[in-house]
Amino acid sequence: MVRATQTFNPVLVLLAGLCALFFVLPLVGLLARTPWASALGILSDQNVQSALKLSLVCSVASTILACFLGVPLAWVLARLRFPGKSLLRGITTLPMVLPPVVGGVALLLAFGRRGLIGEPIATATGFGLPFTTPGVIVAEAFVAMPFLVITVEAGLRSMDVRFEEAARTLGAGRWTVFRRVTLPLIGPSLAAGAVLAWSRALGEFGATITFAGNFPGTTQTAPLAIYIGLESQQVPSAVMLSLLLIVVSLAVLVALRGRYLGDA
Amino acid sequence: MTRRLSVLLSASIGVLLVACGGAASSSQPSPSSSQKLSGTLTVLAAASLTGAFTKIGDQLHAENLNLDVKFSFAGSPTLATQIQQGAPADVFASADQKNMQTVVTGGYNSGTPQVFAHNKLQIAVRTGNPKHVSSVSDLTNPSIKVDECAPPVPCGSYATTVFGKAGVAVTPVSQEQDVKSVLTKVSLGEADAGIVYVTDVKSAGSTVEGVQIPDNLNITADYPIAQLKSAPNQVAAKAFIDYVLGSQGQNVLASFGFITV
Repeated sequence: MVRATQTFNPVLVLLAGLCALFFVLPLVGLLARTPWASALGILSDQNVQSALKLSLVCSVASTILACFLGVPLAWVLARLRFPGKSLLRGITTLPMVLPPVVGGVALLLAFGRRGLIGEPIATATGFGLPFTTPGVIVAEAFVAMPFLVITVEAGLRSMDVRFEEAARTLGAGRWTVFRRVTLPLIGPSLAAGAVLAWSRALGEFGATITFAGNFPGTTQTAPLAIYIGLESQQVPSAVMLSLLLIVVSLAVLVALRGRYLGDA
Repeated sequence: MTRRLSVLLSASIGVLLVACGGAASSSQPSPSSSQKLSGTLTVLAAASLTGAFTKIGDQLHAENLNLDVKFSFAGSPTLATQIQQGAPADVFASADQKNMQTVVTGGYNSGTPQVFAHNKLQIAVRTGNPKHVSSVSDLTNPSIKVDECAPPVPCGSYATTVFGKAGVAVTPVSQEQDVKSVLTKVSLGEADAGIVYVTDVKSAGSTVEGVQIPDNLNITADYPIAQLKSAPNQVAAKAFIDYVLGSQGQNVLASFGFITV
């Protein structure tokens, strides 16, 4: 108790309070404008429902894709030494700072119907990612995966490699060590990274509308529906959908971060 | 880059003119004698006006070196929303009456909006027209990927009107947030055809060409312009609108393919 009062710093607490207000006030603003009376009608709207469903499906799929490809990349970045590693790390985290629309254009130029590898694929199979639901998943994964890679790499770096070495000396193979020792040890980082990536994917707008387009039912995720709603002067429906997105994200962030990162 | 260059160029020409005016006899009025506008002018304009308004802004700046003309180009509904939320702008130019009406209804304008140009729709295709699109009804072919603006954006509602007049049901692959995004999708080859304005095809350069929509199926888009009530630079706002409606502004608009008033 005594120690706690001694470390109490009123200036820091005041600044922290201001910071908290900075995040809380926009939420309050949204809550104040929420059309509770027509909430049920808005949420039962077919366009709203398909946007929500699409958002959930695509964000989960892109998170799975991010885990499947991002964990190996994090492992390579954390454990191997090779020239150009810093550059590779820079490139793979670039989507975090890149304006998402630029990311969308870059994706078009690579995977579009006339893109670098998109064109040969489209010529051979007739399949193109733009304007399709898989295109949304790719756009979301592009933007969200760096969050997972960074978190998992940090986890791999901070873990005690002697556990892996011990398992190795006891005769465990490479894959057994990775599955039975490494993965469980970085479990919290992996979970935290996955949650971060998922929440980023859920809110993705710029890369999605640029790369995958915007069509109800196929590529119009909740953030796109919110934007179009605002454009149509349908503010109540946009606010309602925003609030729902916030509630879902907040619930997941609070529950999972609390569980995997201890008393966060 | 080119814009900055042309601003620099016109600025230096202006300086030269001023210098000449000072040295030459005072009987000849200097072209820059009308240098009375100053400060910053902020114009919110529909995305389809990007080329024409940028040029008009450069010309106005060349005549008024103390005036800094700033543009924010976006879909008209985005701009209307920004005005409703109190964006500090002087002039609003919309690509349709509906979004201007939103601003008027909210009482954000000062003075009656004036129509300063008209536009028509065209089907944008990649140069060479690889899918042989020749009419609106060709767009119902499921192998042709059609892109259009989202319904709240003027070019989107106009496209719906055109499809209605032609009696066809077109399922687009996407509904973009503004007309330039449609053009981008066509010029990158992602969409086979896009419903855009005549002026967009003209400004797109060599990657895109236009397929005419006959007048009986086409629409005439009205572009209204209005000064905003909260305009920080009322004088320049009025001068800009006069310039757009005057012969110099109309000439620029015509050179970008607009139908002048």
